[in-house]
Amino acid sequence: GAGLHTRPGPFQATEKPTPLTDVTHYNNFYEFGLDKSDPATYSAAFQPRPWTLSVEGLVAHPRVWDLDQLIASMPMEERLYRMRCVEAWSMVIPWDGFALSELLRQAEPLGNARYVSFESVVRPDQMPGQRSGLDTLSWPYVEGLRLDEAMNPLTILAVGLYGEMLPNQNGAPVRLVVPWKYGFKGIKSITRIRLVADMPPTTWNRMSPDEYGFYANVNPEVDHPRWSQSSERVIGAGGFFGGGRKKTLMFNGYGEQVASMYAGMDLRTSY
Amino acid sequence: MPRIIRSGRNHVVVPWRGEVWIIALLGLLPAAVYFWYGAQDRLGPDPVNVFERWLGLWAVRFLVLTLLVTPLRVLAGYSLLRYRRMLGLLVFAYACLHVGTYVILDQQGNLGVLVQDITHRPFLLLGFVAFVLLSLLAATSTNWSMRRLGRQWGRLHRLVYGVALLVAVHFLMAFKTYNATSVGYAAILGMLVLWRAPDLWRKRMRRAP
Repeated sequence: GAGLHTRPGPFQATEKPTPLTDVTHYNNFYEFGLDKSDPATYSAAFQPRPWTLSVEGLVAHPRVWDLDQLIASMPMEERLYRMRCVEAWSMVIPWDGFALSELLRQAEPLGNARYVSFESVVRPDQMPGQRSGLDTLSWPYVEGLRLDEAMNPLTILAVGLYGEMLPNQNGAPVRLVVPWKYGFKGIKSITRIRLVADMPPTTWNRMSPDEYGFYANVNPEVDHPRWSQSSERVIGAGGFFGGGRKKTLMFNGYGEQVASMYAGMDLRTSY
Repeated sequence: MPRIIRSGRNHVVVPWRGEVWIIALLGLLPAAVYFWYGAQDRLGPDPVNVFERWLGLWAVRFLVLTLLVTPLRVLAGYSLLRYRRMLGLLVFAYACLHVGTYVILDQQGNLGVLVQDITHRPFLLLGFVAFVLLSLLAATSTNWSMRRLGRQWGRLHRLVYGVALLVAVHFLMAFKTYNATSVGYAAILGMLVLWRAPDLWRKRMRRAP
């Protein structure tokens, strides 16, 4: 694939990056199937170009971007981030992308904008999981952030990983990365970003509200109803005896950057 | 080769000497192969999870086979009763490996997590209760227990239908959404229990052990 011209960004994790084959062959992307190997197997027919991304809603300057123009106009950075899945496994991924705040600032959110909602693509002809008979999720996949979360310098839109364009199975051509939240907040193949006044619906919260909250901040103190969140399996640690389990950190270790946004909130009820 | 002898309306399949032990060894092969792969890091990015689910799936498969013995006799006239004990013991073997993998390889023996699991998480409590019941059935699967318990033995071993229901729900809960594999196996287990339910209800189990 085409390489990306990025410079090293801030917040570099100190952990060893997860091998590329693991990052690209162990994915939750239900649009391509329920199994973690399905996205790599069934996403070859997906066409991530041409692509438009619209920024709309409560903004002074709504705009429909051509993705390549957007990439050319944004300061591209590499960010080595920890990624913690709600299923209690984790990776360390070198993303290439740009701060979401840059894009939102250009759109100029209006005073009554308090949340940002995101919407994924719907293409059943290219995404077998969207035409499966079993009732899995409702499409399009939708996600949301509070405006201050979206403006946090850690929050990026990724268009590549390991210096190359994002592979289809990882959410090509553009996806959200919010490293202090569980992975499912990182909505993939985004077509629409809308600034709104009220807390928007999110796909997993709609599916199972007692298991997946709006915030979905990584929190070892608040267990999933079906498993503990106190520790995590490290992906790519190497076989049964690679010792691949470690303690999970509050906010996935990004507390210094994000904890203040939740001061005074009860994270047990706002999970 | 097994022999088939007529007994009333039924054909009773009688295993050849040692055949049941060959079935046991073959039955354990899926676990052995995956363990070998896992030890060599050939089970993909999340090997412990893959192994754990693989063992659970095979426990369910042998449970289905165990519960099929009676319908096969009643509906088709072929009795595999003499194989059933070993099939049941394979269910137990896979349950032990499944639980053992969870405790040792996955949670790395962290007892605090295990206690939390059993006291706070219905998903894991269901699996745990099924495992305890299976252990009880395995422990009383010997000829000696059958003689000793007499008529009570049959009643005790009807608990396998309870195990089937617990396992079906546990399996459904193991996925974040409905999924063909778990829904399919849960439906099969459900049907096998339902098919037997009138008998279980009327307690006419003596003639159909």
